[in-house]
Amino acid sequence: MAIEPNSMTTAVLAPSKPPIDWSNSIKESAIAALVMLLIAIPIFAIKTDQAMNNVLSLETRWGLVATLCGLVFASRLFAHVVLWNRAPGAKPVQLIPDSVTAALGKISPVFGPLALGFAIIFPFVVYIEQGNGALKWVNNYGIQILIYVMLGWGLNIVVGLAGLLDLGYVAFYAIGAYTYALLSTSEPIQLWMAAHIGEGFWQAWAFWFCLPVAGVLAAFWGIILGFPVLRLRGDYLAIVTLAFGEIIYLVALNWVDFTGGGAGITSIPRVTFFGIPFTPGDDGFAARFGIDPSPVLRSIFLYFLILGLCLLTAFVTVRLRRLPVGRAWEALREDEIACRSLGINTTNTKLTAFAIGAMFGGFAGAFFSVRQGFVSPDSFKFLESATILAIVVLGGMGSLVGVVLASIAIVGGTELLRELDFLKQVFGDDFDPTQYRMLLVGLAMVLMMLWKPRGLISTREPSVFLKERKAVSGSLVKEGHG
Amino acid sequence: MSETMLQVRDVKTYYGSICALKGVSIDVNQGEIVTLIGSNGAGKSTLMMTICGSPRAREGSITFMGTDISRMPTHQIMRLGLAQSPEGRRVFPRMSVFENLQMGSEITDGTMFDQDLERIFEMFPRLKERRDQRAGTLSGGEQQMLAIGRALMMRPKLLMLDEPSLGLAPLIVKQIFDAIRELNKRDGLTVFLVEQNAFHALKLAHRAYVMVNGEIRMSGSGAELLANPDVRAAYLEGGGH
Ligand SMILES: Nc1ncnc2c1ncn2[C@@H]1O[C@H](COP(=O)(O)OP(=O)(O)O)[C@@H](O)[C@H]1O
Ligand SMILES: [Mg+2]
Repeated sequence: MAIEPNSMTTAVLAPSKPPIDWSNSIKESAIAALVMLLIAIPIFAIKTDQAMNNVLSLETRWGLVATLCGLVFASRLFAHVVLWNRAPGAKPVQLIPDSVTAALGKISPVFGPLALGFAIIFPFVVYIEQGNGALKWVNNYGIQILIYVMLGWGLNIVVGLAGLLDLGYVAFYAIGAYTYALLSTSEPIQLWMAAHIGEGFWQAWAFWFCLPVAGVLAAFWGIILGFPVLRLRGDYLAIVTLAFGEIIYLVALNWVDFTGGGAGITSIPRVTFFGIPFTPGDDGFAARFGIDPSPVLRSIFLYFLILGLCLLTAFVTVRLRRLPVGRAWEALREDEIACRSLGINTTNTKLTAFAIGAMFGGFAGAFFSVRQGFVSPDSFKFLESATILAIVVLGGMGSLVGVVLASIAIVGGTELLRELDFLKQVFGDDFDPTQYRMLLVGLAMVLMMLWKPRGLISTREPSVFLKERKAVSGSLVKEGHG
Repeated sequence: MSETMLQVRDVKTYYGSICALKGVSIDVNQGEIVTLIGSNGAGKSTLMMTICGSPRAREGSITFMGTDISRMPTHQIMRLGLAQSPEGRRVFPRMSVFENLQMGSEITDGTMFDQDLERIFEMFPRLKERRDQRAGTLSGGEQQMLAIGRALMMRPKLLMLDEPSLGLAPLIVKQIFDAIRELNKRDGLTVFLVEQNAFHALKLAHRAYVMVNGEIRMSGSGAELLANPDVRAAYLEGGGH
């Protein structure tokens, strides 16, 4: 009979820790520090600096090198003595205890309504509390996080549900943004509208017309991308979608006549309350509704607009998961050959996943450009795709709640970094903490891989239940086996 | 036996330049259990997949109920009344048992869903107990039952099974073979069974083919082949049981 690591016998015998092998641990750590030293010498030890008189000077930074090597030595030793020195069969160290993640999984049914309630009262609370100071909270935190929630949910359809690794999702975001930017500032459309419907009509209503157009165009490009990659999976698919994202970026950058090139498109009409502009004047929103004019009003409206778009995305995702097409996406992710042998047209299934995922990216893009009033290719670099993908992966592929948590962590975290002004006192004035955002994301990813390889919310809710809910935690199942 | 349901004629299938099927002809008649036996790498799975359209036959013809399916895309072939439990089961591991069965009924109009489900749960009560469990966490035998159940949800006229006994305990194998026999006897379902487990498969079969190296070497009734000294030497003695 095989002895199970967690069976009664081992528990009764109370596994004893093996004695710490100090000399070996220290030797091992010293070797690690030496490797660090070898890497650090060319990278960190010598820094070239341009002095006032334009003379190149060399500055040595042995202190930094010593600190790095010390850090490596210490953490390696720590790992040897504490983390790896465990009795055989003992439970692995858990950064986030199982009870916490189990609780996270349990709250997910109530998390939705609770989070929605909070999201609805949030802007009012900060507005009443802080007046115009609420702008930062609504705009930098609220809207910014919700944009990424929406992008995460959109990409989740492609990556999380259909299992198609898309590294160029930002392309659809860009297509949506440029659709609105170009159509709303287009001279001929403006003139035609002015002649046929009324002066100022396009200015006031452009967004509401362009929003669906942006979605449809993005979906169309989703299908265009979908066709050539139909036969690709995994890493090959990732490379082609990555290239697609770059192509869209390069087109936006270099087709100067059409997109305005690197300078972008400015004076894009701002959002209106269904035709009523958010201006302090007599026909403005505040005057019409008899409230005090404030720049926060527009932000609050934008906030609810993106919240609405997010809800639309979530609603569609949840609905589609219960329909044949959504089930087919998930089945496709699990096993394409089995899918086909059940009579499912995998071509159409993939294309709908690309199209619908892209459509939400397009909506988010149109929202982005109406919010900024300005678009340029800089907003649609690969880093953006990577961030959105990181949100989906960190959240746990396929989990809507996970995407929200990951967006709050990554986007909210970035905003928090901006506020860490005291770091400037430590590291000098030209220290910009937000530059280190990707470093933190990377660190978070590495930690996740170690402790929660399937993302924050790794339980997949079946789309149908008969009696009681029974979901098997992802961590109980080997990667690729469950 | 009555009319021919599936007719495979001189089919040649290649993987690149490697010829895996070198001109195979078989017939499956309405209401029969037809077994294809052969050793590992003989081309049994290739034949089954070729019938389903991936890979495609480079030469020859495949006719199912009067329709030439040798040029049709897989998903269309599978809508004609053919169902398959593929080699290695290929259940959807992260989806529940129920969702897997639901995937099987995707091509039907859904009006008979509840009856079909009940029938499958009757045949494999284990699946009913585990209907909300993730398929990836089922045992091998349960996964095989699920793969067969999923194929049956398609309401097929011809059920094709690729090595359903692979890696299963003898008791489970018996259970599964009993279920196949029952499906054939009671519902008149036509079955095309690919097996390495020659003894049980031949006992079950009305007719059988022996495949060697991409060619059909022998054919006859199950009992005939079971008694044939060459077959016994190659597939039964020294293993098989
Ligand atoms: N996808 C493939 N690509 C190339 N060769 C294959 C492929 N699948 C099977 N083969 C080859 O075709 C032959 C028949 O394989 P297969 O049909 O799986 O045999 P069986 O099912 O009888 O064990 C074997 O020689 C195998 O190596
Ligand atoms: Mg095989």
